[in-house]
Amino acid sequence: MPGSTLLHIDGVEKRFGGFVAVDGLSLEVKAGEFFALLGPSGCGKTTLLRMLAGFETPDCGRILLDGTDIAGVLPHRRPVNMMFQSYALFPHLNVSDNIAFGLKRAGMARDEIATRVAEMIALGRLEGLERRKPNQLSGGQQQRVALARALALRPRLLLLDEPLGALDKKLRDSTQRELMDLQRRLGTSFIIVTHDQDEAMTMADRIGVMNHGRLVQVATPRQLYEQPASRWVAEFVGDVNIFEGRIERREDQRLVIACHNTGAIVAAAPRQSLAGEAVCVAIRPEKMKLSRQGPAEAAIQAGAINRLEGTVSNLGYLGDISSYGIALDAGATLRVSVTNTARVDVDDFRPGERVVVWFEPDDCVVLDP
Amino acid sequence: MSTRQLFTRPARRAAIAPYLWMVLFFLLPFAFVAKIALSQSALAQPPYLPTFDLTAGWEALKAAAATLSLDNFRLIFSDELYANSYLRSLLVAATSTTLLLLLGYPVAYAIARLPERWQPIAMVLVIIPFWTSFLIRVYAWINILQHDGLLNQVLMALHVISAPLVWLSTDSAMYIGIIYSYLPFMILPLYASLAKLQPSLLEAAQDLGASPAKSFWLVTFPLSLPGVGAGVLLCFIPIVGEFVIPDLLAGSGDMMIGQTLWLEFFANKDWPLAAAIAVMLLGILLVPLLVYEHIQRRQLEGKQ
Repeated sequence: MPGSTLLHIDGVEKRFGGFVAVDGLSLEVKAGEFFALLGPSGCGKTTLLRMLAGFETPDCGRILLDGTDIAGVLPHRRPVNMMFQSYALFPHLNVSDNIAFGLKRAGMARDEIATRVAEMIALGRLEGLERRKPNQLSGGQQQRVALARALALRPRLLLLDEPLGALDKKLRDSTQRELMDLQRRLGTSFIIVTHDQDEAMTMADRIGVMNHGRLVQVATPRQLYEQPASRWVAEFVGDVNIFEGRIERREDQRLVIACHNTGAIVAAAPRQSLAGEAVCVAIRPEKMKLSRQGPAEAAIQAGAINRLEGTVSNLGYLGDISSYGIALDAGATLRVSVTNTARVDVDDFRPGERVVVWFEPDDCVVLDP
Repeated sequence: MSTRQLFTRPARRAAIAPYLWMVLFFLLPFAFVAKIALSQSALAQPPYLPTFDLTAGWEALKAAAATLSLDNFRLIFSDELYANSYLRSLLVAATSTTLLLLLGYPVAYAIARLPERWQPIAMVLVIIPFWTSFLIRVYAWINILQHDGLLNQVLMALHVISAPLVWLSTDSAMYIGIIYSYLPFMILPLYASLAKLQPSLLEAAQDLGASPAKSFWLVTFPLSLPGVGAGVLLCFIPIVGEFVIPDLLAGSGDMMIGQTLWLEFFANKDWPLAAAIAVMLLGILLVPLLVYEHIQRRQLEGKQ
């Protein structure tokens, strides 16, 4: 039943002493979905995951799995499995026995266990390592054993707590792809907790951004990046230039905003209603264009395009992109990134050079300050 | 990686220190004891023959060495008294160690499960009895266990017994004394290995369907085995040679090997026989040590 609701979290709250870790949170996760919980450390994402696994009991609220409330069910009786951040492999058991641990507890027949373990060994590409103890494995191999062990019982829902946190960057990238492939193939719902937004953006169908125990936005990676629900989300996910100002006038689909240190910015009117006249304008660095002349004068006169003048103050070359720091004449500093599409004959902007920064009204997101 | 690559030159030099220590404080004294064990008791000062006089020259030394014999060991094997002493020592040590493990494990487990800030306090409480002399503590037990002692008074006040029981000079008293004295040696290594246990391993076990009791037997207990091994050795070996506790608390019937040794050494002034008993005891105690060492080496190899 792809698309049907598998998990329904309803008004769940958890306090530790006076600290509210999860604050009346509600969320639905669909069967077969890859869902990421993203947030800064201490935002409550791990506590929420631990409540799903059964290691913490919510103070109030319901956790419905396939319509059954599991909020008070002990961890060993839940049809949910978890992959731990530290992997938590049993050091005294070899790879096969680690994978078979849950199968034995489930009372599966001997030959059935052997078949399933072999299947999981193949799934985790662990052939030849069956008799190794965890401390004889590399970090990447340990990670795959932990995943195979958590998937061996074929849970409807797999919880992953920072599953790639201990891997180096190269391995992390390839493992991300493996995890996505695996999730599509098995159709298991994954809920992953991460503080790494690239990881969440790459892998997840939907991302729930958490802060102070609440979900501040639940959206697809694209929505999250292009239509952040608040200034906090815009600043938390990716790089962004934020200009504060006041709405000067409204003209059908557009707002003209007088910003304190850039001058007037023409922005597309937001879909959501704004709290007041004081607003901020968020523009991603790659949405801005940089040139020595700027766009055609006609376009500017039509009011279609924002044009800001300034000086290059610094430049960072990152290979795929170059990131420029620009000091505007009006006082603001901003970052503009330019994709390096050509390899030779590149005419970089030098620090101290006069430049024009321009961008479309549609590239601006107007948010409450 | 081999030791050669692992250590720098000064580090390798420092690695000699334990061997030097072993030679100075174990091998050399042991050589003296072994030599006395091969000598004959005599009315002399020291009370055995032969004595090696390094100034007397090579021929005299050779002649003295020729008089060394295994007579004392033959005597130990021929007289049942000694075999019984050894057996009783091993039996008492095995029984006490088993009881110590059964008592010490729950205590160590409970301490390891305390909130972190309470754990050091609990450990201090375990160790605090050491601040009083061992001898005084064993003497205190004589007071507690005697006919009108605290134990009988309490049991009678609680109406568990109607007349005082005889505790002192029984095996029960000896076991109480041994268990009381050695419990910290069991708890400390057990606690050390239990405290190291990652809580996430138990969570993983439960997540995979193991009940808390199953998780204990399948994860906690096997991972605490190094601590169990260390605690068992730390108790078993000194208890086998224990002298003070059986001498003060047990009856005057069967003797443990420490008592027999004391008797030969101080009462009978037979240094060579006492030395032979000691050498034999060491031989017997090497067995569990070698077994433990073998297990540890296998675990170490597993890690590489």
